[in-house]
Amino acid sequence: MSNARSPAMIRTALAVLLMSPTVIPANELEISGYVDAEWRYFSETASDTDQRDSYFAVGSEVEVYTEWNDGSDTLTVKPFIRLSEHDSKRNHVDFREANWLHIDEGWEVRTGLAKVFWGVTESQHLVDIINQTDGVEGADGEDKLGQPMVNFMLSRDWGDLSLFWLPYFRERTFPGEQGRLRAHPRIDSDYSTYESGAEQAHQDFAARWSHTLGDLDLAVSHFHGTSREPRLIVANDSSGNIILAPHYEQIDQTGLELSLVKGDWLWKFEAIHRSGQGDTYNAAVGGFEYTLVGIAETQMDLGLLMEYHFDDRKSDATTPFQDDTFLGLRLTLNDAESTEFLAGVILDNGTSGKIGFVEASTRVGARLKVTLEARFYDNLSSSDPLIGIVNDDHALLSLAYYF
Amino acid sequence: MKLSNICAIKQGLTLASLSVLIGMSTIAPVAFSSTPEERGLEIVQESDRRDTGWESSEADMVMILRNKQGDESIRSIRSKALEMENDGDKGLTIFDKPLDVKGTAFLTFSHATEPDDQWLFLPALKRVKRISSKNKSGPFMGSEFAFEDMSSFEVEKYSYKYLRDETIDGIDCYVVESFPKDKNSGYTRLITWFDKEEYRAQKIEYYDRKNSLLKTLRFTEYHQYLGKFWRPENMYMENHQTGKSTHLIWSNYQLKTGMSDRDFNKNSLKRAK
Repeated sequence: MSNARSPAMIRTALAVLLMSPTVIPANELEISGYVDAEWRYFSETASDTDQRDSYFAVGSEVEVYTEWNDGSDTLTVKPFIRLSEHDSKRNHVDFREANWLHIDEGWEVRTGLAKVFWGVTESQHLVDIINQTDGVEGADGEDKLGQPMVNFMLSRDWGDLSLFWLPYFRERTFPGEQGRLRAHPRIDSDYSTYESGAEQAHQDFAARWSHTLGDLDLAVSHFHGTSREPRLIVANDSSGNIILAPHYEQIDQTGLELSLVKGDWLWKFEAIHRSGQGDTYNAAVGGFEYTLVGIAETQMDLGLLMEYHFDDRKSDATTPFQDDTFLGLRLTLNDAESTEFLAGVILDNGTSGKIGFVEASTRVGARLKVTLEARFYDNLSSSDPLIGIVNDDHALLSLAYYF
Repeated sequence: MKLSNICAIKQGLTLASLSVLIGMSTIAPVAFSSTPEERGLEIVQESDRRDTGWESSEADMVMILRNKQGDESIRSIRSKALEMENDGDKGLTIFDKPLDVKGTAFLTFSHATEPDDQWLFLPALKRVKRISSKNKSGPFMGSEFAFEDMSSFEVEKYSYKYLRDETIDGIDCYVVESFPKDKNSGYTRLITWFDKEEYRAQKIEYYDRKNSLLKTLRFTEYHQYLGKFWRPENMYMENHQTGKSTHLIWSNYQLKTGMSDRDFNKNSLKRAK
């Protein structure tokens, strides 16, 4: 497999298994998961002659779960594999999870590879920082690599406090030369550099407090460690080709999450303050989701979404959302097949750049899920961080069989 | 002789009736009520009172959705609930099937008059999302049960009116009409049949916003737990307007399981299994 860090990851997974109490009774293992087949078709001529128009891929995620001590201790192991046509960098295995959870009175500890999500908004996940993005899996950046951690959680009347020790850093995955949805020139992880001499062994720490006050859910978090988002530096590879080399800096990020429910309205806001990556900066995303229940005397619900993105680095922002507006529609049929449609567009308020998507999914029978996605990227300015994928409009059809 | 006999019989009858009435006045003061509204409320309060003290509960549920053509779709759900004093109950609902939503879970803090607090856990993203509870009339997972049919019952959510006594399937019942106080309810009124013996709901008719009969729910095979609490094994909901139906089959009821507030928060939602 191309993922050079897999051995380290597997070592971590094994370490977790060994660290778990050795007296695990021969409990029943619960095994579930899916196998999928997907086909991506790119409608525009590729920016690079090495890139293809059609990619077929298969994948699988399996969850093995067991619990003992009457559910006070659990073990979850969730391997994932993706095999793709043409793009060898997209062939990868990962342990999305391999952790032991111990639950006690009002506190719990999770040890091993795990996934943690922070945030409330839909069109961008600003505050979310614990896990590295799996940059070769999905186009929306929501797929994450398992993160080695010791996570201590405390539940009290004054809220939930979560403390993280993140002993090992995982690099972002990037498509290979033949892959689409990549930067030009391509990003080559073999030339990754670090601000810290400890590199991937830098010890990262994070904390988050979250609480509910009636209609308001709020959370404040802080992360200290290696940025999950690399700075990209133009470099030469060993054959003299121009590439982009990821450079991982040491950052401090404070995050705020707010969500407020009022009748059919759901208000959402996320903000971060980050230092260590160039100038200290602030970024925010906020908006609402309004649901029309039972439209046109049917059982269907229609959700209207709007979010505004802000980044005070303006055009120097390393993310594409510095002054952008997201508009979205979510149609839920509420039928036995759980059919759903989600369509959205993110408009750059300063230019005519826009990116858009449509996602539709339904269930066929008891075990098969069909998903259709289409994404387009239009009129992106040459300084837009997404400029590399401007010719990568595509459709994706996925069939997943669950067991 | 004759007269005194009559007197004795009459006296005996009176005493007997009185003892029944005294007995009933502590159990169900229904007979003393004056207006149909008061009688209706008293019947529902008695039903609620008899189901107080279970503390916490866990149960498994299979939901069979049938459309007009008879096609079936199965959901498998685990349900946990915590009885709250002076507030609505807390509930945790975990999906095992359909398999593509396995691990999805709902956390609800219900309230008598305020809107319920609800959170949804999406396992693929590991995301906990606050959701609006105003959507009461929408279908629960594509079934014929609306969210409001699945939420915990609180006496204060409705106003009541006693209609009549009626025998259904050989069971003597009080028939009570309930009017939702929440304007977001999908119903104008419900008609509930409570059996006189144990005050258990035997049948509910739901009338839509146009006051037409929409659905009928039947409860069968009640079993008693901990010598006090009755729970139905079957709930069968029939939609008269669409011809669709949903059959709930409950199993593995456990009451007073020792759960606490800590088993019903956003943290426990994330690790609901």
